Amino acid sequence: MSHESAEHAEHIVSYKTLVSVWAALLVLTVITVAITRAELGALKVWAALAVASVKSALVIAVFMHMKYEARLFRIILLVALVTLAIFIGFTFFDVLYR
Amino acid sequence: MSSAESRQPIAAGFWGDTGKTGIGSWIFSTDHKRIGLLYLYSVTGFFLVGVILGLLIRLELMAPGKTIVDAPTYNALFTVHGVVMIFLFIIPGIPASFGNLVMPIQIGARDVAFPRLNLFSWWLYAIGAVVVLTSLFTGGGAPDTGWTFYVPFSARTGTNVSLAVFGVFILGFSSILTGVNFVTTIHRLRAEGMSWGRLPLFTWSLYATAWVQILATPIIAITLVLVIAERVLGAGLFDPGRGGDPIMFQHLFWIYSHPAVYIMILPAMGVISDIIPVFSRKPIFGYKMIAASSIGIAAAGSLVWGHHMYTSGMSDTAIMVFSFLTFIVAIPSAIKVFNWVSTLYKGSISLEAPMLFALSFVLLFSIGGLSGLILGAAATDIHVHDTHFVVGHFHYVMFGGTGFAFFAAAHYWLPKFFGRRYKEKPAIVGWALMFVGFNILYWTMQVLGMHGMPRRYYDYLPEFAPLNFVATVGSWILAVGLIVMLVNLVKGLKSGEPIGENPWGGATLEWQIATPPPTENFEEDPVVTRGPYDFKGVVKP
Amino acid sequence: MSHEHKDNVGAKLGMWLFLFTELLLFGGLFILYSVYLSRYPHEFTLAGKELNVVFGATNTVVLLTSSLFAAMAVTSIKRGEKKTTLSLLVATLACAATFMVIKYFEWTAKFHHGIYPGSPKLTAGPPGESVFFSLYYITTGLHGIHVLIGGALLAWIGSKVQSGRIHAGDNVTLENGTLYWHLVDLVWIFIFPLYYLIL
Repeated sequence: MSHESAEHAEHIVSYKTLVSVWAALLVLTVITVAITRAELGALKVWAALAVASVKSALVIAVFMHMKYEARLFRIILLVALVTLAIFIGFTFFDVLYR
Repeated sequence: MSSAESRQPIAAGFWGDTGKTGIGSWIFSTDHKRIGLLYLYSVTGFFLVGVILGLLIRLELMAPGKTIVDAPTYNALFTVHGVVMIFLFIIPGIPASFGNLVMPIQIGARDVAFPRLNLFSWWLYAIGAVVVLTSLFTGGGAPDTGWTFYVPFSARTGTNVSLAVFGVFILGFSSILTGVNFVTTIHRLRAEGMSWGRLPLFTWSLYATAWVQILATPIIAITLVLVIAERVLGAGLFDPGRGGDPIMFQHLFWIYSHPAVYIMILPAMGVISDIIPVFSRKPIFGYKMIAASSIGIAAAGSLVWGHHMYTSGMSDTAIMVFSFLTFIVAIPSAIKVFNWVSTLYKGSISLEAPMLFALSFVLLFSIGGLSGLILGAAATDIHVHDTHFVVGHFHYVMFGGTGFAFFAAAHYWLPKFFGRRYKEKPAIVGWALMFVGFNILYWTMQVLGMHGMPRRYYDYLPEFAPLNFVATVGSWILAVGLIVMLVNLVKGLKSGEPIGENPWGGATLEWQIATPPPTENFEEDPVVTRGPYDFKGVVKP
Repeated sequence: MSHEHKDNVGAKLGMWLFLFTELLLFGGLFILYSVYLSRYPHEFTLAGKELNVVFGATNTVVLLTSSLFAAMAVTSIKRGEKKTTLSLLVATLACAATFMVIKYFEWTAKFHHGIYPGSPKLTAGPPGESVFFSLYYITTGLHGIHVLIGGALLAWIGSKVQSGRIHAGDNVTLENGTLYWHLVDLVWIFIFPLYYLIL
């Protein structure tokens, strides 16, 4: 397979990177709480979800090493996320117009 | 095994690999071939249970009013028939049995990526099956909700729904683990030279199926957990009195259960794509399109669950969207049918048993697929919804399609693994009886449905009596054909003529190794230099 | 073909595929959440206010920190620092335990106020409220089960590190175990704002 050489070069993430990601996650947690306390109306949900998505992207990319994996991993992750989005989104063809 | 006098000895192959005999060498084996056979025996056993239940349903419906059982028993009969056939036979049917047997060999691997996980998934299957069977005889008795477990009835009925649903939950995880194993295997363990463009189409179909198993099955798992929560905790998530929405149950249920239809049919299509070229002595027509259409069906099939819900009170917008999308699935399905037919064109066709089953698949699946369009169009569906038309339709696809493909696969591949073959004539007699009986039974059902005979009803108007009688007679012919076929198959595999490496003249890798396959399939890791349907130089004995 | 040496990429691929099924498993609950939120925005707001933000936020920090320890454990084993790996795994487990203890107090407090699925108080209350709390209990309950499974998994992996079967040269089992643990964290990252903060 084509990634043979890349596969063997194992990437080790430094403690420093991990700790800074953790710090960023904590900051983002504070931001989520702050956003949802502000008067944003219905936007609140979307804002909170946006921050949560950034947080999960950080966890997936660095803590879960997705950044250093072969492209196949990112493609299948996308497939899974799109599938979930479709399952939720298509349900709303019913729920929104009933 | 009993030794018939005329039995000629054959090589031991993987049958003698452990040096041990007895059940332990099977239920603790991590060899994909042994696990495949374990699955084969289990699913065939449950298929026969399902057949008997089906025959009893037909017997009850032979005449109006009570014929052999009372109404609650009838409800339990069709529920258990559905649960057994769907969750214990068709879903694991082809992928877990023939997929396990054949796929690793087809890609030139010695086993699947996670052999122990493979065994674990069979164990989950066995445990799930035991739990489902236990639910029939304990608690409030066999579930009577239909295999769809629709709320609110499933949340309220006094029968043993919770346990049955829990069993199906376990079966779901068995299916998921098979999917995880197959995707990883096909990505990681292909032999040198086995590029994606040389993958046999059966393997391609298993790959698409495995993705559906991975991404859709968890949704049914959580849905079933929620049914248990309704019953045990009184969660009220589907109870309109408490703000819940029963239609949301149907959404969640069909988000899985419609793609599950493709878990059932895709591997069957793969079997047919492998058999037709071999018995036409011609490369498959449109290899790339067939491979891509497997992925296309898997993807498009995940967008259309709403077409089961046109009459359930879903919004009109959703009905139109899902109706439109449903027609998109017809495109990749039709691509396959056209390509199979084109492969036959000017081929050197030999009508042996596997081919006869494969050809009847094409016909019966086409009938089922076309009646599916009648159901996919919202306007016509509302007329025939919940009638015997639907029952006839999905039996054409599931039994005429997947069932016949399962038999085709059995006649095509099992001789390879047992080293012996069945007799051709009884196989053809069995096939003919089944084909005739099948059409009498399910065509009649479709006609009955068009006339308004509802499904799942215990009693019916006298005007439906003659056709119901005909359908029941059809079920008997079908059953006789099934017995002829199975007896011939079992006898042949036990003590039939020994066969060589490549009895059909196939070009895929499973026909290039010894019969029966040795322990790790290949003496040396194979290097693939040709396509799966390149018959140049492949001689049919 | 690589059947003699371990196929690490294959093992991780398999793990990711399994994580997708976990994602979709929770996904079913998020489908219900989104539908019922759009139907009962007002009731969800009121019911969400009953949840304790301090408990929720603390647990978020605890889980994020546990994820950090788990990720560091992978780095340390690859560097051959066995002792560090073991302490990091113990720290992860300590976080898991803390999370469950907080969860326990949170749930008991709710039970005391008569808020649990099918309780007389919820049955009598507005319909959206009952739906909110049923979803809350089922989602956090399922998540709690995953915390327990993940904890057990990491403990088992720790014992393998201890005995030397997982080491700098062969550590994909540890990597996969931490992947599972991060998934538990990921799910919580969405549970926290959707249930505790929505307004």
